[in-house]
Amino acid sequence: MKYMSEFRDGGLAKKVVSVIERESKKNLRIMEFCGGHTITLLKYGIPDLLPPSIEMVSGPGCPVCVTSKGEIDTAIELSKRNDVILASFGDMIRVPGTEKSLLQAKAEGADIRILYSPDDAVKMAKENREKKIVFFAVGFETTAPVTAASIKLAENLGVENYFVLSAHKTTPGILGALLADEVKLDAFVCPGHVTAITGTAIYAPLTDAGKRCVVSGFEPLDILTSILMLVRQVNKNIAKTEIEYSRVATKSGNLHAQKLMKEIFEPIDALWRGIGVVKGSGLKPSTAYSRFDACEQFSLKIPKDDKETKGCICDQILRGKSKPTDCKLFKTACSPDEPVGACMVSEEGTCSVYFRFGGMQKGEMVGAK
Amino acid sequence: MAQNKIVTLAHGGGGTASAELTEKVFMPALSNPILESLSDGALFDPPKNGRLAFSTDSFVIDPIFFPGGDIGSLAVHGTVNDIAVCGGIPKYLSAGFVIEEGFLIDDLERIASSMGEAAKKCGVAVVTGDTKVVPRGKVDRLFINTSGIGFVPEGVNISPENVKEGDAVIISGSIGDHGMAVLTKRKGLEFDTEILSDSQPLNALIEKILKADPGIKMMRDPTRGGLAATLCEIAKSSGNGITINETELPINENVRSVCEILGLDPLHVANEGKLVAFVLPKNAGMVLEAMKSHPAGKDSAIIGTVGGPEAGRVEMKTSFIGNRIIEPLVGDQLPRIC
Repeated sequence: MKYMSEFRDGGLAKKVVSVIERESKKNLRIMEFCGGHTITLLKYGIPDLLPPSIEMVSGPGCPVCVTSKGEIDTAIELSKRNDVILASFGDMIRVPGTEKSLLQAKAEGADIRILYSPDDAVKMAKENREKKIVFFAVGFETTAPVTAASIKLAENLGVENYFVLSAHKTTPGILGALLADEVKLDAFVCPGHVTAITGTAIYAPLTDAGKRCVVSGFEPLDILTSILMLVRQVNKNIAKTEIEYSRVATKSGNLHAQKLMKEIFEPIDALWRGIGVVKGSGLKPSTAYSRFDACEQFSLKIPKDDKETKGCICDQILRGKSKPTDCKLFKTACSPDEPVGACMVSEEGTCSVYFRFGGMQKGEMVGAK
Repeated sequence: MAQNKIVTLAHGGGGTASAELTEKVFMPALSNPILESLSDGALFDPPKNGRLAFSTDSFVIDPIFFPGGDIGSLAVHGTVNDIAVCGGIPKYLSAGFVIEEGFLIDDLERIASSMGEAAKKCGVAVVTGDTKVVPRGKVDRLFINTSGIGFVPEGVNISPENVKEGDAVIISGSIGDHGMAVLTKRKGLEFDTEILSDSQPLNALIEKILKADPGIKMMRDPTRGGLAATLCEIAKSSGNGITINETELPINENVRSVCEILGLDPLHVANEGKLVAFVLPKNAGMVLEAMKSHPAGKDSAIIGTVGGPEAGRVEMKTSFIGNRIIEPLVGDQLPRIC
């Protein structure tokens, strides 16, 4: 695959690793915020390639994982109504709420459909006028503009039976929460696709607090290069936001998407599974678009008090305080087939990634050093 | 059957309409002397020596017509391949149809004739069958079950227990084609690609393999769950580790690209016309040559060896630097959202 395989070049990666080894002098604790980065890191065995001075810590960047049980329970309640077809992304379907997942609700008879784009839900609403189509919207700034666009589309087409149950979360709020934590983090590998929408301004609070930021792509060479850029910032004793993923992300981001999000949504306090309520970190359709808001139209209130299973340390893992291997439930009571905690429920969840790719021990790497 | 364009409940009632369906749709497509006897069961002679292989599979694919095949040919290939990878020479098939009321007779004719052509190509006969029609909404269009009987020649013993450290692992061609061909035609995900299913019979290829190496240790066709599932199963049941090389894996460029877009791993995507063989290292070159000489195996490649990780585990030497654990698929294969 042209423009893809180049970023997976093992020979080049070895060279970058040796430069990192040579230049890395101080201990550096780096959080990769995005679940996509966690996958790349573990799939390609990158932590084992790095010198001992560099420690990678996973963050709360899997939108499916941080969707609260209350949000899932609300979606399940809606799906049980005879006049409702509930649509969502495939990743969301298997995630357990308090009692069950959408997949189980579907097996029990609820009309639940998997979609690849909310525009398809609008199309479905046009084709099923007698039903109310509710799109269960999850994701960060990467998917929120698409949901916003679907609301705009429904408005333009005069579709009146399309509603959004928004579980969207936004990045700035959670970055603030991480910053307020007592966890020691020196630097961030920042999410490339979120930044492609938001631009780099959202990282200002981090750099102001002396944390180094590099916006990274999702191929192994992207991440290694980003780590090298962070090492160099440390060596120069500066803290700023740089973009490694320059083929996609820009400083200003996608202005059109930003404008659309601002028009359609307004911020709300959101409950992050495993973390708690984070002020202003959620999105719901604004007053002008409240007729598309499922909560408003079906008089629903999403509960804001999730309780995790005893023994589960997802709250620690999502904040970078612990690793999946520190958890007693990991690979015993908790697995991708039967997830207990938030980080095991989605393919991009830290525990799930560790479960699937993370069994390698140091020294097992072939030609690593 | 011009006056009767759709299947009705009467076609499953056992009366005149049922007989008409058999006579005008199934018999012309599938006819052979045993089927023509229209008995309640098929009678045939057992092999003079060796053993019998018996297998069954149900086909519920959506969409029923897909690039590179349809549910009819797939139902033949699926069972033929299951028998063939056991070392059996497939001989006889049964076919059971569960049809949703309202199904187009034209489509049924198309599927029956595709089954007939596939059976002919495989050298098997559909010797017994059954048709049921159920009310609208009780099945999704058409489900087919096929079962098959094959003769296993004396001396052929295919079993995971034979697999030992050092054995070569050979795949008969590119992986992931069937799953991606079907997925890209699913409603709501109409991709503009020309990925064709690899649905094809493997029995002729396997005859070549058995000729080259009658002592072949193990074969399996990596269908649902893809190559990853098959390798993990064999690693577990044989009590060995397996190591494969990413750079040796044959994967078509368009399959690789769509997998990349959807966040899928080609190792987890279904195949319907591929086999993975475990061979003594000294026979590997010979078996590979034999496989490459047949059209169904022209892209065969040695992709790894038995050994490396602990028993029951599969690892892949990546094209990047390190090794990666290969795990069987969890749940259904679903694309990522961000």
